[in-house]
Amino acid sequence: MHWKILVTVIAGLALGACETTSDNAGSAQGSGSAAGSGSSSGSSASSSPQVSSLAPGGVPAGSQEDLVTNIGDRVFFGLDSVSLSAEARATLEKQAEWLRRNQGVTITIAGHADERGTREYNLALGDRRATAVRDYLVALGLDQNRVKTVSFGKERPVDARSAEDAWQKNRRSVTTVN
Amino acid sequence: MTKINTKRHLLACQWVMAVAALAFVIGVSPLRAELKVDITSGKIEPFPIALPDFFGTGGQAQTLGRDIAAVVSADLERSGLFRLIDRRAFIQARSSLRIRPKFPSWRQINAQALVVGSTEIRANGQLRVEFRLWDVFAGQQLVGLRTDTEPRNWRRVAHIIADAIYKRITGEQGYFDTRVVYVAESGPAEKRVKRLAIMDQDGANHRYLTSGGELVLTPRFSPTAQEITYLEYRGGQPRVYIFNIDTGQREALGDFPGMTFAPRFSPSGKRVIMSMAQDGNSDIFVMDLPTRRVSRLTSHPSIDTSPSFSPDGRRVVFNSDRGGRQQIYVMDSDGGNPKRISFGNGRYATPVWSPRGDLIAFTKITQGEFYIGVMRPDGSGERLLAKGFLVEGPTWSPNGRVLMFFRQPRAGAGGGQPKLYSVDLTGFNEREIKTPTAGSDPAWSPPKR
Repeated sequence: MHWKILVTVIAGLALGACETTSDNAGSAQGSGSAAGSGSSSGSSASSSPQVSSLAPGGVPAGSQEDLVTNIGDRVFFGLDSVSLSAEARATLEKQAEWLRRNQGVTITIAGHADERGTREYNLALGDRRATAVRDYLVALGLDQNRVKTVSFGKERPVDARSAEDAWQKNRRSVTTVN
Repeated sequence: MTKINTKRHLLACQWVMAVAALAFVIGVSPLRAELKVDITSGKIEPFPIALPDFFGTGGQAQTLGRDIAAVVSADLERSGLFRLIDRRAFIQARSSLRIRPKFPSWRQINAQALVVGSTEIRANGQLRVEFRLWDVFAGQQLVGLRTDTEPRNWRRVAHIIADAIYKRITGEQGYFDTRVVYVAESGPAEKRVKRLAIMDQDGANHRYLTSGGELVLTPRFSPTAQEITYLEYRGGQPRVYIFNIDTGQREALGDFPGMTFAPRFSPSGKRVIMSMAQDGNSDIFVMDLPTRRVSRLTSHPSIDTSPSFSPDGRRVVFNSDRGGRQQIYVMDSDGGNPKRISFGNGRYATPVWSPRGDLIAFTKITQGEFYIGVMRPDGSGERLLAKGFLVEGPTWSPNGRVLMFFRQPRAGAGGGQPKLYSVDLTGFNEREIKTPTAGSDPAWSPPKR
């Protein structure tokens, strides 16, 4: 196993998270492989490495990688639409369940639009999309205080080509672990 | 006159005095009908004008004389209303021009007007510039101006001369002594770096106002052109800011739970109108700057954005999808009497009221194409002036005769590189405005007060 690499990654993440989410590591119920058990348990001493559980796929539970790999961090929207498709709702239901398991996690939902609208309207549209996602997660039990929204309008495409398949990928909301 | 900054103000004052003095000494001839260009009537035959280098004695004065003539020529030519006569055709020697033009030799090359100027470095180091605009056929002087200023102000002197010529020939205010703020873009589209940048309307004196560390969008000038209101993602949160051009200071306008965006100054400069998004709904608000009091103007479960005041401050034009699709609406400045004014096919967005009050410019999206157009404030008389895969964000020249906007071509991987363009209100004379990098969201400095 790439044990050394894993430990390094975990230590790095833990250090990065130190100032904000000390409860993160403890509450993460990784159903996962390796790590977790051994070495020095996460104490208050900031110099000693904290140890987190690992989710399937060898990523730290409750991390962005965990969300991306095991749950899905984004949902997609129709043209000029803010309604959640069945597929989008299924993804968000998994996100809600994942957020229940990872109580220390707070998230930001970013709403995006494709390039085929005007800049200011698309900022408003991105805000609507992010809010639609937030409201659905809250309806599924997520505490409002754990979620923020932001709109990027058409400013941050994932696929910059001017093509229908690119626009479909860009009309999205993305959930990010803070 | 201008309040752009102290330096500019002083320069302008000197001009006013110089104009008064020259008007007294030299007198100004009455306008002749055939020397008037009607710029409202669509494609026109450009007005032939001869513009030799300004006459200067000594190295620096000579160089400045040549540079000033070049900038004046470029301004006039770019307007599309003037044709600069090839200098190789000139018959009269430049040195003898100072005494008095030999009008027959200018008539012979079909010049309708002739510009004769001189530059001189005074004993106190000041640059003195004089120029006269001559009606070649009548043999009469149309304009005569003199100014004394710091030599480093030579470009502004050139733009002011171009403004004077434009005004005398067309009857409209010139727009050459103006600036443009815009968003300079670099890097891949997925993480595009955007910086506020400012330049003279001809692209000179370009400088960046922000570092690119934060995403910035949609800058717009205050009526004094000393401040810019814009959107910045500082600390990851999109909010409306005011940026002071001289000091470089920036200040967030209020601290609201949701995103504030789409800001514009009121004509008085005392208020900023903008959108605020709360719980997924964007409405229009106005903030009184002295008191920071915020008033709500719209309250509708639809997207209301892109507000713009009429020049008298009494009405607001904005963009809303309350009818199911993006359209343009006009309401009173207190939010009363909202009325839809756009009824054509497609979606309408980014309405901007002309500084003259007579027209509203907009972006239109229909059948997969984007257009820049204008309509009257009651929605009548729609005309489309420019087209593209993506054109957006019109801004008015201060005289209300030219629009600037940006165009982004259909993109492959890496994304489209937007560029700035200007187009006459007639729909003719579209020109690219050159910028060092890709550029978007232009805003033209407002009329001088």
